[in-house]
Amino acid sequence: MKLPIYLDYAATTPVDQRVAEKMMEFMTMDGQYGNPASRSHRFGWQAEEAVELARSQVAELVNADPREIVWTSGATESNNLAIKGIAGFYHKKGKHLITLKTEHKAVLDTMRALEREGYEVTYLDVTPDGLVDMAALKAAIRPDTILISIMFVNNEIGVVQDIPAIGELCREKGIVFHVDAAQAAGKVDIDLQQLKVDLMSFSAHKIYGPKGVGALYVRRKPRIRLEAQTHGGGHERGMRSGTLATHQIVGMGEAFRIAKEEMAEERQRFATLRQRLWDGVKDIEQVFLNGDAAQRVPGITNISFNYVEGESLIMALKDIAVSSGSACTSASLEPSYVLRALGMSDELAHSSIRFSIGRYTTEADIDHTIKIVNDAIARLRDMSPLWDMYKEGIDLNSVAWVAH
Amino acid sequence: MAYSSKVIDHYENPRNVGAFEKDDPTIATGMVGAPACGDVMRLQLKVNEQGIIEDARFKTYGCGSAIASSSLVTEWVKGKTLAQAQEIKNTDIAQELALPPVKIHCSILAEDAIKAAIADYQQKHGGQE
Ligand SMILES: Cc1ncc(COP(=O)(O)O)c(C=O)c1O
Repeated sequence: MKLPIYLDYAATTPVDQRVAEKMMEFMTMDGQYGNPASRSHRFGWQAEEAVELARSQVAELVNADPREIVWTSGATESNNLAIKGIAGFYHKKGKHLITLKTEHKAVLDTMRALEREGYEVTYLDVTPDGLVDMAALKAAIRPDTILISIMFVNNEIGVVQDIPAIGELCREKGIVFHVDAAQAAGKVDIDLQQLKVDLMSFSAHKIYGPKGVGALYVRRKPRIRLEAQTHGGGHERGMRSGTLATHQIVGMGEAFRIAKEEMAEERQRFATLRQRLWDGVKDIEQVFLNGDAAQRVPGITNISFNYVEGESLIMALKDIAVSSGSACTSASLEPSYVLRALGMSDELAHSSIRFSIGRYTTEADIDHTIKIVNDAIARLRDMSPLWDMYKEGIDLNSVAWVAH
Repeated sequence: MAYSSKVIDHYENPRNVGAFEKDDPTIATGMVGAPACGDVMRLQLKVNEQGIIEDARFKTYGCGSAIASSSLVTEWVKGKTLAQAQEIKNTDIAQELALPPVKIHCSILAEDAIKAAIADYQQKHGGQE
């Protein structure tokens, strides 16, 4: 077993060897390095052919038409293009947008930018399990609502939203529906012929493709129009100019092809590993699973360990690469806004860990992780005055803390 | 974040972890910080009749730097009078542990913990000392 054990697949994944090999064919002198936009020679034609094959590979995983796929630099750009693009094109119809408090920053910060330009945004609360409250969503819709943006799978807690139901609602109300599927592609079944989704964001590096490439699905029927955010040579039917990064795109295509082939088997395997992990820690006192227990992907497990502090926990877990519920690089510890949106206290949010498993995770990795976690919790609680107080039956909310 | 070797040493081998009976008149207890801020320190001093700190214990809920700061302080206060312990400065703690700027609050908290323990002792002993 190689230490540290990588359990941060939701942050990014290694590039699959098969993907890396494909990419290598599109860079060097003895490869196909042409510009896909070059129409006058075979270097360009070959590169274009490779890009179009990749486009259909991406489309196939989500049952879309290849002509509905627009290449971008990643899900961040896709989210920006979708949200700003719709706002720019449909602003005469209305200037109200709806999203969730638990969205990725790439959506939330884009919304904030629109607010500064005079748009109005509703940031919906989620249920304590992290799911969309359909009644609250319906109630938030106004006559001037032009876009609803809701993520498929949450990157911190792994919950899966009811995209089919939200899609029906949006279609019925005539509102454009954007879905950030960065954490969903290759993890859950996505059928864009069935789903009433108008725009969907994808990223390659979450599913064993390279970093720095992604795609935006833009529905053709009924046709969705966007205002371009990057102007130039008119690539990607004018929606996103810039010379296409052939090797990146080829890598993304190959990664999506592999995902389609191996997804079913992987999902089974991840479910077994996830259960093994949870079984190994669930009997520790004051341990909580975050997010809905049923509606979630098997790859992401977010657990709170009460009465231990998050950063010291990360330090104690130095042999496993995981993410913590707090951003501890800043002077003031910022607990995760996603966990807070679930109604969790700051201290519980701080002591939360996201374990995300992936293609190369083994049973031995999980077993070693279980041991490290159990040891760390025991050690840190032994050092924790809060644990003492809890054991003495003191209600920590009744203590007059001296905040600093 | 990269930690100094001294922080890591204190974090991995914390000195004087534990608790004294807080109602014992020779014990001074200082608890500072708040769970919501991410750190709570409880420092306890055992003070003899000459007013000298004979022993110390801590428990800390907090980051590695907070644990290291409190562990270090338990070593430093031993053998000192309360007046001398009162003089320990957060800057000394921060310097000894090579704390980065974002972790200075941990050393401040440790200094506050000493002061809180001393105040507790003085209160227990009717404000003399
Ligand atoms: C849900 C979600 N959306 C968007 C992104 C951003 O994707 P990218 O890194 O491709 O810009 C991520 C990954 O960080 C994500 O998890």
